[in-house]
Amino acid sequence: MDLNMDLNAPHSMGTTIIGVTYNGGVVLGADSRTSTGMYVANRASDKITQLTDNVYVCRSGSAADSQVVSDYVRYFLHQHTIQLGQPATVKVAANLVRLLSYNNKNLQTGLIVGGWDKYEGGKIYGIPLGGTIIEQPFTIGGSGSSYLYGFFDQAWKEGMTKEEAEQLVVKAVSLAIARDGASGGVVRTVIINSEGVTRNFYPGDTLPLWHEELEPQNSLLDILNTPSPEPMTM
Amino acid sequence: MSYMDSKMSQHGLIGSESDSQRTLYPYVTGTSVVALKYKDGILMAADMGGSYGSTLRYKTVERMKPIGKHSLLGASGEISDFQEILRYLDELILYDNMWDDGNSFGPKEVHNYLTRVMYNRRNKFNPLWNSLVLGGVKNGQKYLGMVSMIGVNFEDNHVATGFGNHLARPILRDEWHENLSFEDGVKLLEKCMRVLLYRDRSAVNKLQIAKITEEGVTISPPYSLKTFWGFSAFHNPTVGAEGSW
Repeated sequence: MDLNMDLNAPHSMGTTIIGVTYNGGVVLGADSRTSTGMYVANRASDKITQLTDNVYVCRSGSAADSQVVSDYVRYFLHQHTIQLGQPATVKVAANLVRLLSYNNKNLQTGLIVGGWDKYEGGKIYGIPLGGTIIEQPFTIGGSGSSYLYGFFDQAWKEGMTKEEAEQLVVKAVSLAIARDGASGGVVRTVIINSEGVTRNFYPGDTLPLWHEELEPQNSLLDILNTPSPEPMTM
Repeated sequence: MSYMDSKMSQHGLIGSESDSQRTLYPYVTGTSVVALKYKDGILMAADMGGSYGSTLRYKTVERMKPIGKHSLLGASGEISDFQEILRYLDELILYDNMWDDGNSFGPKEVHNYLTRVMYNRRNKFNPLWNSLVLGGVKNGQKYLGMVSMIGVNFEDNHVATGFGNHLARPILRDEWHENLSFEDGVKLLEKCMRVLLYRDRSAVNKLQIAKITEEGVTISPPYSLKTFWGFSAFHNPTVGAEGSW
């Protein structure tokens, strides 16, 4: 493996991205790792990008391709909002993303569009490679999602509350990070509902520990200096 | 890429991978569609799976849609291309309605339109990656046809795409007959779909059966088929030959 070649590889966001609807809105979640081959180019990226006040998109795959698609869609939606005289709907935003993906098949980006509008409430649209558009109650994407199909098959329920939905998303991203080398860093979530948008940030130490993971320590010295347990007496 | 190459590929003269508008290979795909003519019209069945390579990624994809008043379209292959075809057909039917001349496109017309679209795209080396099944009834005439991604088209009493060609059509060749009742037609389709479920890796156990008659189109709600595993040979396949499979 040539180190030189890896540093010049296109920036890819291996990624784990998730979009989930709940009773009243949507929760979008993502990890924060952007890799260039084996090197982590950005360990705190923000993969949940704003398209309008009420619609956000989770980006996966090629960093450049997903950024340029988001930029074009944000630009089109801005004009659309002015002409329409009211906020764009999630469906319109998703279809604009679809048009760009479908008509530019060489783009390597899978996207999840999620938001809230007054007509349909909270909606999630998955737009995988190729430009298929598919509305779903929840969807997962990115390389880390391979590890989550079984988890969601078991853990997803219709009609969750906002807190339950966010907990599910955070747990899922954290599980994917544990097993996918291309995902890592922090867990970011964005909650969108009629009241507005809330951004949250969950660094590693706030996440649960999974199998074979140990409690992080400051130093070995702290462990050595802890007194050993008292022997038991019968 | 050199300047000369990029100019030529813009004009579609070089078929290189950087051409911006061609389906190079399918990403999200649907598997078999099976259809047959019966007494009152056409019956068509398709599962609701959208595979992403070997992953059974989407399990509620509607692969059969009504077209106008008289036709039903089922598709296998790339789902984004199917969604695009539905948009083309929307426009076709709209323009037909705008004529307001008392006539409306029947299945023959829609099938011909689709054949032209698929064949012309094939000629430009930019195919719509689908196999389409078009069925319908107009003025008492039943019609069932197929178009492939390279523009091959034909009509028959029963058709199938993909794996269905290999697994379902032999069953249909044996058991189909003129004037099947609705119940017999559904049972026959379910027999085909069950075999596909056993033997097609990309099949998903959630399907719909659609019916089209002179009255119109009905697509059933999604449902699942029971499967049978009770053969004694399945319980102990390696008895008498330990280590074999």
